[in-house]
Amino acid sequence: MKEHKTDIGNKKAVYAELQNVWVSYYNKWVLKSICLKCYQGEILGIVGPNGSGKSTLLKVILGLVRPQKGVAQLFGHMPDKHNRLEVGYLPQISKADRSFPVTALDVVLMGLYNRIGFFKRPGSKSREVAMEMLREINMADHAEKPFGMLSGGQQQRVHIARALASKPKLLVLDEPSTGVDSVAQEDFYELLAKFRDEMNISVIMVSHDIGVITAHADRIACLNLEIHYHGEPDSCFEPEIMQKVYGKNLNVMVHDSRCATCFKKHEHND
Amino acid sequence: MLWFTIPDVQHVLRNMNIMIEIFNLEFMRNAFMAGIMLSPVLAVVSFFVVLRRLSFVGVGVAHSAFGGIALGFFLGISPILTAIVFAIAVSNAIGYIGRHGKLSADTAIGIFFAFAMALGVVFIGMSDQYNVDLFGYLFGNILAITSKDLIIIALLGGFVLISIFLLFKELLFVSFDREVALVSGMPVAFLDHFFLTILAMSVVISMKIIGIILVSALLVIPGAAASQITDRYIPMIAIAIGVALISTVGGLLISYYADLASGATIVILSSVIFFILFIVGRFRA
Repeated sequence: MKEHKTDIGNKKAVYAELQNVWVSYYNKWVLKSICLKCYQGEILGIVGPNGSGKSTLLKVILGLVRPQKGVAQLFGHMPDKHNRLEVGYLPQISKADRSFPVTALDVVLMGLYNRIGFFKRPGSKSREVAMEMLREINMADHAEKPFGMLSGGQQQRVHIARALASKPKLLVLDEPSTGVDSVAQEDFYELLAKFRDEMNISVIMVSHDIGVITAHADRIACLNLEIHYHGEPDSCFEPEIMQKVYGKNLNVMVHDSRCATCFKKHEHND
Repeated sequence: MLWFTIPDVQHVLRNMNIMIEIFNLEFMRNAFMAGIMLSPVLAVVSFFVVLRRLSFVGVGVAHSAFGGIALGFFLGISPILTAIVFAIAVSNAIGYIGRHGKLSADTAIGIFFAFAMALGVVFIGMSDQYNVDLFGYLFGNILAITSKDLIIIALLGGFVLISIFLLFKELLFVSFDREVALVSGMPVAFLDHFFLTILAMSVVISMKIIGIILVSALLVIPGAAASQITDRYIPMIAIAIGVALISTVGGLLISYYADLASGATIVILSSVIFFILFIVGRFRA
């Protein structure tokens, strides 16, 4: 699929780039011929069904998986443990470790561990930075609460504070809408847009939830082993692209912040 | 949270004053010193075992130490030495297979567990001397703790505690979320293998007093018990140390006066404490 040049693209620095990337696990291609660019100051959404290679794609961008063919670049270099430090990673919110004995502040402090260095404890200065981050996300009142007691949306915001504490240039989000209720999601994406504008950071998020991605991303890529579309969000709803990504029996329902009246798209090709 | 445990410890200490006569026995002095030194080591390790869900790794590593013990008897060298080498090798192999193989760590443990035990049986069969000590290693024998053992416990236990203290925040981060820790530049693989190594060391130094079969209980119970009544990590570690101290010191006293196996008594006492804290935790919530 050809790269869709955009206005932003021609002016701004490329933060993450995949050039003809192929990845296989156990002799099966999970990513084929992927070309992708993420520019400074944009939110790039990658959407695709489960098993479409989204997580692998993120790992390639982060340098945790090396492609068999093609080139991955992060801030213009091969991704490794050094330039990965400029990336903030947000995991899927899971309810699994609700009992993990840390406070919200402790979690934000984790974002500063690599700057504090080995054998040292976080001092009052680090605590102040962490508190400042919690204030940014309106969670200062919850600083001393057990992390596991927070709601999914609050946990996600604490994670964003943790990721931003080390002042990254790029945020990478894995399924940001999982485990977070829809009201909290709206707040969360507003927060993302705010940080994109204020700090000029880029965001790459992957999700199977096409509604969320198209509503909040500046550009999107539709992925199902290959990239079927890479460009402005709205055109991703083209029937033929949707069919390539999600298969034939597709029934897309989209409810997002821009819904004036809810709409529903049907495609029956059988 | 601390004052919850201090009176209990003081209570035990008062009883110890009344029962001073047992300190005239050298083996009991050694057993108490071993128990008191091991408690913080097992408590801190169990804190991470619980957070990282490694309790079955603890069981596997403890049983694999049996192979090492038997090898030591067979070769006629210090069984502690061979057990340490064996346990560290097995725990790291489990970690390696868990990360690189197509198998889950769980399956790897199942294999090494049986393999090391079987090797142990074969080594025992091959050594001409019938060794009574072996039973002591399996179930713990307070009579067997020598001053040389105390030095080994102090050195290795000290190493475990100091290294956990120095790498605490990194270990905490990796336990919290591996992927996030990895992207944040934590040396995740190193920390995994490092933790498996100190886990193996803790197993081996606890073996003589608690026994191979039962030591895995103390790699879980103190941390698990503490997690029932607190959700902060510093109180959790403090309570875990308290639970381990009460269990080992109390267990040794009970085993001496009731003439019971020391390891089993320690484990039963710690389990009772766990159930009490579990109920307390339910009421608190």
